[in-house]
Amino acid sequence: MADAKGMDGRSMIRRRAGPRLWLSAGWLSILCLAALFAPWVAPHDPLAQDLFLGRMPPFWMAGAEPGYWLGTDSLGRDVLSRLIHGARVALAVALIAGTITCLVGATLGLLAGFLRGWVDIVISRLIDIWMAFPPVLFSILLIAVLGPGLVSIIIAIVVIDWTRFARVVRAEAMAQGAMDYVSSAQVAGRPRIGIMLREILPNLLPTIGVLLTLEMGIAVIVEAILSFVNLSISTDDPTWGSMIAEGRTAIHQAWWVLVFPLITLFLTVLSFSQLGEGLKDRFDPVLR
Amino acid sequence: MSYLSIRNLSVRLKGGPPLLRRVSLDVGPGEVRGLVGESGAGKSMIGKAVLGILPPSVEVTGGEILLGGTDLLGLPPKDRRRRIGATCALIPQDPLTALNPSHRIEPQITDRLVNILGWTRAAARARARDLLEEVHLPDPERVLRAYPHELSGGMRQRILIASAFAAEPKLIVADEPTTALDVTVQKQILKLIREMQARHGTALVFVTHDLGVVSKVCQHLSVLYAGMVVEDARVADFFAAPRHAYSAALLAATPKYTDPDAGLNPVPDAVIDAVRAEVAAFDAAKARRGAA
Repeated sequence: MADAKGMDGRSMIRRRAGPRLWLSAGWLSILCLAALFAPWVAPHDPLAQDLFLGRMPPFWMAGAEPGYWLGTDSLGRDVLSRLIHGARVALAVALIAGTITCLVGATLGLLAGFLRGWVDIVISRLIDIWMAFPPVLFSILLIAVLGPGLVSIIIAIVVIDWTRFARVVRAEAMAQGAMDYVSSAQVAGRPRIGIMLREILPNLLPTIGVLLTLEMGIAVIVEAILSFVNLSISTDDPTWGSMIAEGRTAIHQAWWVLVFPLITLFLTVLSFSQLGEGLKDRFDPVLR
Repeated sequence: MSYLSIRNLSVRLKGGPPLLRRVSLDVGPGEVRGLVGESGAGKSMIGKAVLGILPPSVEVTGGEILLGGTDLLGLPPKDRRRRIGATCALIPQDPLTALNPSHRIEPQITDRLVNILGWTRAAARARARDLLEEVHLPDPERVLRAYPHELSGGMRQRILIASAFAAEPKLIVADEPTTALDVTVQKQILKLIREMQARHGTALVFVTHDLGVVSKVCQHLSVLYAGMVVEDARVADFFAAPRHAYSAALLAATPKYTDPDAGLNPVPDAVIDAVRAEVAAFDAAKARRGAA
């Protein structure tokens, strides 16, 4: 009676969150709080210039100015305050652009993968054509047409990256559509749209979740790239990309102006992708 | 009067070769019919056509599927779906993919009762619990709350059987229900299907490639080759004396558990050639009719 000995032992294992999930969620929480309360948290006005305080090193080096923990840039602006204010743009872009991209791409991918037929043909060809455009040039072109600004960046990211979701979700929806439980639901008389939303979609959510967090990281990078080439939001507001661009010109005199935004960017993108993987490990009902 | 009556059903790959060649068969109420044949003979295709779940790449080119006297193929899709949903059920092949991993067991059994047939949730739940007891699953309350991955393959197949009988269907299609299971579990599952079928008086179409299984479960069988019914017989008559050379060879090719040292007897090439010639003659006749 191999099948009657009771519940499978696998169900007894309690999965732990693990340091990966804690560290990435921790870093992103700190970043979110800093962005939300930037005016109160930031020690200085991120735009205040003081030419007498130009290129002050971070706190542990000789000649550091007290109160300017991560040093100042060539115009005497506080690097830490600029990083904190830059987090606002980065996170806004990550959350809004990531979510919209996910909705658009996953919807198209699900429709193509489940309905097949001409819907699939149209969407798949569109994806193929789309991916033939070089993404960075495409985004620069888009911003040039739309004009710089937060909304333009979000539109550019959605327009470029929806294929990332559509391709993966389409393939996954096809695989799920071939499963016997879909046949059973069909025999039971469920309409197609009901099968798509109730039977297929829940099984795609872990994958979509991972893609979403990955996309949020990518959105941060794209925003930084566009800031770097001066096509992001207005040049006054601090963004990580524009800080990197400014820091690059003075790398030999004041490396900290370049390095701190780079580290922040790196940790943020890494945290987003690790958060997705960690959440999937934790909450996917099927241990794969 | 048979409950399911398939008349001259032809199915083909869209723009491609035929998959079923004028298949006819009958299943009476409470009767079990086995569909046997090698891989690709079209056994599962018949079951899928009856249940209206043919893949989109396949089309029906002719014939009738009479279910309780109504031709399913003549109904508009929505009516057909409702009719099949109310009277038929499927016991699928692979218990590992036949339950949705994202949902608990309870809604997967009660879904049809609540959402298609309009039962109350409490009544459907009570019914599900009774059914799980009927298929000899221990601790039904706990099983209802479990996710599929927490259960073994044999348990899942029992749940699928319970689920198939939930709405008291008139007809069940069992598509190789034991193929994916361990041999020791296979025997129990076969016994269970037989037992449930007899108790509920359900007509059953049993798709399998195992003639041993047919002899235990079915009263009638259809032997298929390349989408053509080569023999339609009562099981007792068939095992005593198969009429068609191909089915005789198929029967001779079945390994005997009583004599494990005996060599395998594959279907002889001459028999294959003969049955292929029959298929070719059928296609040629059809082409002539088409040209005339």
